[in-house]
Amino acid sequence: MKVWPIFKKEMRLYFTSPVAWVIMSVFLFIAGYFFYSIFGYYTRVSMQSAMNPMGGSLNVTDGVLRPLFSNFWVILLFMLPLVTMRLFAEERRSGTIELLLTYPVRDGAVLLAKFLAAFALYALMIALTLLYPAIIWYFAPLEWGPILTAYVGLLLMGGAFIAVGVFASSLTENQIVAALVSFLILLMFYVVGWSADFADPALARVLQHLSLTEHNESFAKGVFETKDVIFYVDFTLVALFLALRSLEARRWKG
Amino acid sequence: MIEVQNLTKHYGSLTAIRDVSFSVAPGEIVGFLGPNGAGKSTTMRILSCFMPASGGTAVVAGYDVFRESMEVRRRIGYLPENVPLYTDLRVAAYLDFVAETKGVPRGERKKRVADVMDRCRIADVQNRLIGKLSKGYRQRVGLAQAIVSDPAVLILDEPTIGLDPRQITEIRELIKSLAGEHTVILSTHILPEVSMVCSSVVIINKGAIVARGPIDTLVEQFFPTARVEVEIAAPSPAAVRDALRVIPGVVSVSDLPGSDGIGRYVVESARGRDVRGEVFQLAAQRRWDLRELRRMGMTLEEVFLHVVAGEQTE
Repeated sequence: MKVWPIFKKEMRLYFTSPVAWVIMSVFLFIAGYFFYSIFGYYTRVSMQSAMNPMGGSLNVTDGVLRPLFSNFWVILLFMLPLVTMRLFAEERRSGTIELLLTYPVRDGAVLLAKFLAAFALYALMIALTLLYPAIIWYFAPLEWGPILTAYVGLLLMGGAFIAVGVFASSLTENQIVAALVSFLILLMFYVVGWSADFADPALARVLQHLSLTEHNESFAKGVFETKDVIFYVDFTLVALFLALRSLEARRWKG
Repeated sequence: MIEVQNLTKHYGSLTAIRDVSFSVAPGEIVGFLGPNGAGKSTTMRILSCFMPASGGTAVVAGYDVFRESMEVRRRIGYLPENVPLYTDLRVAAYLDFVAETKGVPRGERKKRVADVMDRCRIADVQNRLIGKLSKGYRQRVGLAQAIVSDPAVLILDEPTIGLDPRQITEIRELIKSLAGEHTVILSTHILPEVSMVCSSVVIINKGAIVARGPIDTLVEQFFPTARVEVEIAAPSPAAVRDALRVIPGVVSVSDLPGSDGIGRYVVESARGRDVRGEVFQLAAQRRWDLRELRRMGMTLEEVFLHVVAGEQTE
């Protein structure tokens, strides 16, 4: 499997063009603002509770990091389609796909390399947000266990988002269409959870289970649930499988 | 080296090529000719394993392009039309990527990339972004990309399109230098180029092969006669025509198209028979004014126009 050279090429393309830098900056700007507001709110609440003799004890992990991580998906919902939109669409538009797909590399390896490149960029993006727990750690003791779990959850959820993006990018040669299609799919898998509230109980459970963001809740709380891991991994595999099929179909169409 | 049999490709209801068959011997450079939209690119895309055919078979370097596509891909270098390259990569990094992807061993890679950059004369731009290069340089990077893994077969789709005359000559020389060790199939619609570079041709029109073979054989096949262009000023053109006709070996005499009776004729004779001496003697005897006497070289261009136009009038 010749995954490595294509992975390297994708990483080069992300970083020699402004794409990676712009996306990371925007992501960190928004995530930073989230952190700033939640942290500010928590500071006020904790000062009030310090003055109130009846106030219970507060916990920074629960008070700042948990709301922060469980809101990250909002940013990812529109940032990750921007990371993945170019992967196949750009190659199709510029025609480079014609060379790439005639090199001695299987379609699956090309797909995997591109998925991993987007995932690596995402992991880097997420790793930079470790700064926020580090800042808190400077002021107060932290429980690193739940934080680690939250990051595993973010990586799994991000992987699923990216797989959807790769699939959307394989459908078209227009990057904007690719971004919109993956945004639409991701949004549908978010709102499907709403319908669960008024659906038939049996159906509600299915809908609840399908919601992409629901599964991240337990990770954000610091709970590592096998069923959530399996959900994200399955979701990623199905999306990648569909992308592979779409690549093959495009070959026949020429 | 390349065996194509009854290759057919449909795009929906449109048939791009039908029953295309030809073969290319090892070390040969074959020109693949045809008007725009004749099916050249489609055939090359099938040969390069980019897309499967709807019917027929193609064997490249001993392997079937559909069933043993990976084996074929290891042995070919492909340059698609319009030379698609990653504009955000630097030349050397790009060629290194191609070499690695095409399986050039790690230890040889650096040297191979350097060699190919020298050969294609792009070493001076190796650290520039491909997107910033001129068309001529990009074309050469595209060619470098095709030959970096030293493949047995090269499939080049319009390798000189959009270049200036000097660059065209350079690319041509480069392609010529590849003959022998590589088998090359190149498409073009610039005919003089083919006569200069290729040993034989395949002419395709409207998706079907209309002629194929070595250039000389094709010319003989389509134009079995030798032709001489004559300009004679004489009082009676009819007398000139009659006199020319009786020269031994002459098959026919006709007015040169567009000459409107100013005394220009085309004399056709059996191939290998040169009638110029007799024409001169004739004019001298009759005291006609012989103004021009020229052998008309029958070129691939005439063959091409003949077979392509012939198809169109049918």
